[in-house]
Amino acid sequence: MIRSKKKFMNQEFTISLFTEDHIGILSQITIILTRRQINIESITASESAVKGVQMLTLVVKTTAEMVHKVARQMQKLVDVLKVFVHTSDEIIYQEIALYKVKTQGLMSGNMIDQIVRIHHARILEISPEYTVIEKTGHKSEINELLHHLEPCGVLQFVRSGRVAITKQVKELNAYLQEMDEANQARPENIEVFN
Amino acid sequence: MKEEKDTKKATGQTNGFETITGAEALLRCLVEEGVDTIFGYPGGAIMPVYDRLLDYEGKLNHILTRHEQGAAHAAQAYAMVTGKTGVCFATSGPGATNLITGIANAYLDSVPVVFITAQVVSNLIGTDAFQETDILGVSMPVVKWNAQVKKSADIPETLAKAFYIAATGRPGPVLIDITKDAQFEKLSFKYRKCNYIRSYNPNIPLHTKAIESAAIMINHAEKPLILAGHGVLISGAETELLNFAEKTGIPVALTLLGLSAFPSGHRLYAGYLGMHGNYAPNILTNEADLIIAIGMRFDDRVTGNLKKYAKNARIIHIEIDAAEINKNVLVDLEINNDAKEVLNNLLPLVKEKSYPSWIREFRILDKTEYDKVIKEETQPENGKLKMGEIVRLVSEFTGGDAIIVTDVGQNQMSVARYYRFLKPNSLVTSGGMGTMGFGLPASIGAKIGRPDKQVVAFLGDGGFQMTIQELGTILQYKVPVKIIILNNSFLGMVRQWQDMFFEKRYASTEMVNPDFVKIAAGYKIAAESISERKDLKESIMKMLDATGPYLLEIKIDKEANVLPMIEPGASVSEVTLTYKK
Repeated sequence: MIRSKKKFMNQEFTISLFTEDHIGILSQITIILTRRQINIESITASESAVKGVQMLTLVVKTTAEMVHKVARQMQKLVDVLKVFVHTSDEIIYQEIALYKVKTQGLMSGNMIDQIVRIHHARILEISPEYTVIEKTGHKSEINELLHHLEPCGVLQFVRSGRVAITKQVKELNAYLQEMDEANQARPENIEVFN
Repeated sequence: MKEEKDTKKATGQTNGFETITGAEALLRCLVEEGVDTIFGYPGGAIMPVYDRLLDYEGKLNHILTRHEQGAAHAAQAYAMVTGKTGVCFATSGPGATNLITGIANAYLDSVPVVFITAQVVSNLIGTDAFQETDILGVSMPVVKWNAQVKKSADIPETLAKAFYIAATGRPGPVLIDITKDAQFEKLSFKYRKCNYIRSYNPNIPLHTKAIESAAIMINHAEKPLILAGHGVLISGAETELLNFAEKTGIPVALTLLGLSAFPSGHRLYAGYLGMHGNYAPNILTNEADLIIAIGMRFDDRVTGNLKKYAKNARIIHIEIDAAEINKNVLVDLEINNDAKEVLNNLLPLVKEKSYPSWIREFRILDKTEYDKVIKEETQPENGKLKMGEIVRLVSEFTGGDAIIVTDVGQNQMSVARYYRFLKPNSLVTSGGMGTMGFGLPASIGAKIGRPDKQVVAFLGDGGFQMTIQELGTILQYKVPVKIIILNNSFLGMVRQWQDMFFEKRYASTEMVNPDFVKIAAGYKIAAESISERKDLKESIMKMLDATGPYLLEIKIDKEANVLPMIEPGASVSEVTLTYKK
């Protein structure tokens, strides 16, 4: 193991967890981060491409050394199938944001044009009082638009957690298949749970 | 669906399935898992289970402790000495929360215990009902796995999973919370043991490349040292460790929970590691050029200051729990697998060697420790009685054949230092948690698990009184444990720290104690109290020869310190032999 300095610097990591769809699993995962005083920057949960398998995506800021420690502790949880840790350049990710802005403010200058052409945002609803705008992108791009909209009067702003897809070739399905194959290779009559 | 159930109820048996209540199903699961002993304490929510228990007399032996904490510790000790999974019952609310210290203790020391707690009826959950507590949430950080059962039909599968998870991989406690209505509800019972869970794979494929690399590192080392821990005992790899050490000629040091994994007195035994461990293995950890850590987790009490730990050594970590690798100490080679399996595969690859000058370094330091500490502690000629001499006498009289149980603190450290462990799993102690009050209930569990063995508990006057109520359990079940109270009228280890690091300001550590002999008499336990050296041998012999339970109170030096010591923040090589007041 290389004892490099980089391991001890704080950086952003995306932890993707595939878990059984059991109650309480999120709690078990957050306990591990709480003990190490790691703040969750964002979190999303959804069903994965494999039926019955839940996917959690957490973004944390910590050291490489620490993220691997907590990832191993997460992997140790009985109901966790697989944990992946990625730096931001190893994944393709997006966040979605909604902005509720005073319609009157948007009408000045070429604001609408800029929102659509420069920021590639969409307009979801327009009423005399407010307009709802949707923007997908990285956190910095979303913040950029927010900054741009501020003079118009932002009534509400909400950003989702990160959704991410890995660049690696081996998919979870392959891991699951391997696990099941290993099981089938086992002798005798075996009771399979889950 | 309902009709089908009704028919089953009428016939009692359909297609090889039997219709029984959830409470009975639970007990049937235990029988199927080979359980014959349960430690527990009843209460409102678990009454359906206790009611059925009466019909299992002879099959399931229930030990009623005097507090749920006692039941938890007893179940753990039972598991440690039998190698089976312990089982412990408690009711909802306070019954369940009283288990927590015991569960956490089993978790930190990797002991398989299945805890069954009852829960209020399912429609009351979440309403702050009488004796309702969210025990799943409360226990979550200290269990290997937990689950709640609200439908009786889920009992067999959940119990099967519980036993599988508790005992496999790195063992640990599992808690199953069963609602009262699920205990009453009927189900079609059929039990199948679990041996596969998709998300949990304790059978790790062997990494042969890593083993080959390890062999190369071992064959080229000049000052290698083995640090062996509880994992060796859990894996049942004592013989493999002995063979490996003897072939390679590498000295073996043990952690607290690793004690008894390698015979004391063996030519390659390097001693006990850690804060109050032996002089040589602590100092030479920092001299070694290769450390082979087997089934141990580099606890802070073992490593001292991490920044100055084993800096001359490359480290091989053989460990079944991947989360322990690189947790405290960054290692050069990890072998994430079972100790026995790894040692078996490693043995043919390592060369026969011996390290006479390296071993001599240990012996020289051993001599220093003997002259400066051990001699005075084990063979004092005058002055007050010492813990070391008492432990050493019991060690001699039992020939290392007894199961030794300790509480926590000076009594524990003295046992770890001065008892000569020769047989695997002959020490039951609270390592990671350091739970005072562990000793007395643990001695009950150990004796019930191994009635063929002499079980001797070394307790301090403080720890003894934390679970003193368990004398009632000894009385009720006539458990012939031998209890030695090393009474210094102080919380000895805390007093030692006050002495050394808090300018001798003895804040709340001196104890006014009751007459322990009279208390024992109240529980019909034979007892004696001594304070003179001349009475020591005879009293210990009398205690060991007693057929029933026996309590021996020994009034010892009030202000003795356990040495050597690695002071907090110090490096293992800065272990001190003396302390000047």
